[in-house]
Amino acid sequence: MHGVGVLGLQAIAFYLLSAVMLGSALLVISARNPVHSVLFLITSFFTAAGLFVLLGAEFLAMLLIVVYVGAVAVLFLFVVMMLDVDFGSLRTGFARYLPIGGVVAIVLLIEMAIVAGAVAKRGASAGATIAAPTDVTNAEAIGRVLYTDYIYFFQAAGIALLIAMIGAIVLTLRHRPGVKRQNIAAQVARTPAKGMAIVKVKTGEGISE
Amino acid sequence: MTSTSVLSLVMPELILAVGALALLVVGAFGGDKATRTVSIGSGLVLIAAAVASGMGPLGVAFNGGFVADQASAFSKVAIYLMSAVAILLGEPWLRRVGNARFEYPVLVLLAALGMGVMASAGDLISLYLGIELMSLATYVLAAFQRDDARSSEAGLKYFVLGALSSGLLLYGASLIYGFAGSTKFADIAAHVAGGAGQGLVFGIVFLICGLAFKVSAAPFHMWTPDVYEGAPTPVVAFLAAAPKLAAMVLFARAVSQGFPGATEQWSQVVQAIAVISMGVGALAGLVQKNLKRLLAYSSIGNIGYALLGIASGTEQGVQAMLVFMVLYMIDVTGLFACILAVNRQGRSMDSLADFAGLARERPGLALAVTGLCFSVMGIPPFSGFWAKYYVFKAAISAGLWQPAVFGLVASVVAAFYYLRIVKTIWLDPSPGVTDAPPLDAKGVAVAAALFSFPLVLPALALLDPLAKAAAAAFGLG
Repeated sequence: MHGVGVLGLQAIAFYLLSAVMLGSALLVISARNPVHSVLFLITSFFTAAGLFVLLGAEFLAMLLIVVYVGAVAVLFLFVVMMLDVDFGSLRTGFARYLPIGGVVAIVLLIEMAIVAGAVAKRGASAGATIAAPTDVTNAEAIGRVLYTDYIYFFQAAGIALLIAMIGAIVLTLRHRPGVKRQNIAAQVARTPAKGMAIVKVKTGEGISE
Repeated sequence: MTSTSVLSLVMPELILAVGALALLVVGAFGGDKATRTVSIGSGLVLIAAAVASGMGPLGVAFNGGFVADQASAFSKVAIYLMSAVAILLGEPWLRRVGNARFEYPVLVLLAALGMGVMASAGDLISLYLGIELMSLATYVLAAFQRDDARSSEAGLKYFVLGALSSGLLLYGASLIYGFAGSTKFADIAAHVAGGAGQGLVFGIVFLICGLAFKVSAAPFHMWTPDVYEGAPTPVVAFLAAAPKLAAMVLFARAVSQGFPGATEQWSQVVQAIAVISMGVGALAGLVQKNLKRLLAYSSIGNIGYALLGIASGTEQGVQAMLVFMVLYMIDVTGLFACILAVNRQGRSMDSLADFAGLARERPGLALAVTGLCFSVMGIPPFSGFWAKYYVFKAAISAGLWQPAVFGLVASVVAAFYYLRIVKTIWLDPSPGVTDAPPLDAKGVAVAAALFSFPLVLPALALLDPLAKAAAAAFGLG
């Protein structure tokens, strides 16, 4: 009986978290105020982290919160608040494209549901094997394979990030000639001989340079 | 497997990664004055990587994530050498337009690294990482002329549509992982051996759509004309050659090593994409006035012929695809080098009208363009004819009569626009005087034109057995 009670609690938590996640995901795209959209996005990330905890993947849950809530969503908030985008004008075509877009979306939804329903006895995870529970923590389990079995992928992902960094610098860093910057090395290296010149000025002629 | 033998397997990638990092440091300290040094260094690194992949040992490393076989060695040598040509064309061009920066050769190196990962991918994760490594570098290269609005637009369009295609590809990959229970091609193949379920087929279709975006096959070709038109010409010469070969090899490897039990299913999808590409390439090219856009449609059509080789689902088909891609890469690089070589009053020319009367002013260059056009058209004895001959022969012996006949009709239609280029060059009056063509562009153009006719015959004798051995590595019947 005790086991059933725990399972029941898990089921309640699962349905509650899923409902909140789907509801807030819907609000992300339907909220009028873009700041509200981002806030609902954060809620959605947070509940998804809760679902990971239910699966026993607590490390992934923490990563989701640290990376998505902590960094990505906050960045979105900054961008939304700093860029003065007229979101009203972005919505003007919405009603016009709604019928055709809706038809496409519904057709896609039905097709995917048919495929998923027809083939999957166990859903889209038919081939997945459930990992045997061990006494190793999540972080340790990932750490054991990340730098051994997956070292090649890990390094390749590192290079991809490096390319993104080079790209950002190539496309945005520019040295504008007109801008006066402080060059400390040049200031320190300046000597009286370089910095000034004594010129004998003849009356009525001025200085040529 | 010991770590030294693993390192010797990935030696080409190691050379590229370490070389790119070292040259990046040289560039960061030397500034734009070091551009020439970094360019020469990058060329040497690429040649060293080509030698390493040609001579290196064969095997599987990193739990099947990295495969070094005949096919990867064959394509890597071609990819690295074509990337070196891109630096040879690009660096002097950027210097002439006053945008010589050391990042250009470094980004080409990193793109070549990504293409090497693609050619050697034995796992869905390395497939995706290789594509992203290559794509991220090429997005930046397309927008390299950042003060030019068209170049920035090209980079942005390429990036947004590339991100969309990555989304499709990842969705397919996640479905395949879900239904097959592994990301390794070998494990997926074992799971699919008894026939693929509908869920897996769904995943394969999404994966193929994502890959079709990368090779610019219709109906996923929309980005190609705009990116080709806007991006700097030497960058387009790069985009049109090496990345296409890398993506085609990855395409062939993913479907033949990952889904050998579902050949019938993926072959149908690939046939459909091939036929649509050949049609779009032939018809949409007819109305183009801009040469770069025209070559974009030409490349869409040619990818259709190459896909026909994969769709055959036989070893002969993959061999035909490899031969076709290598010959096509040389032709298309030569054509872009011709565009780079024609300037009027210091302004680069890319519309068809700008080439009018070239024959009277630059007969050598005009002969090169004519030879390359005849080659891409598929007129014997130029190299393009042999390329198409291989593909159609493979398709017909695999029983794909209808797509092969359609391809022949499409290539007759497409011949019209190549002939129009030739007519404009030889018969139309010239609008003015052309500048002396830069040595690098003229050299590459003449070399490619010489390859397309007399040199192709001895080269084919060499290419044929190499491509056959490479195709055998995929283990198709």
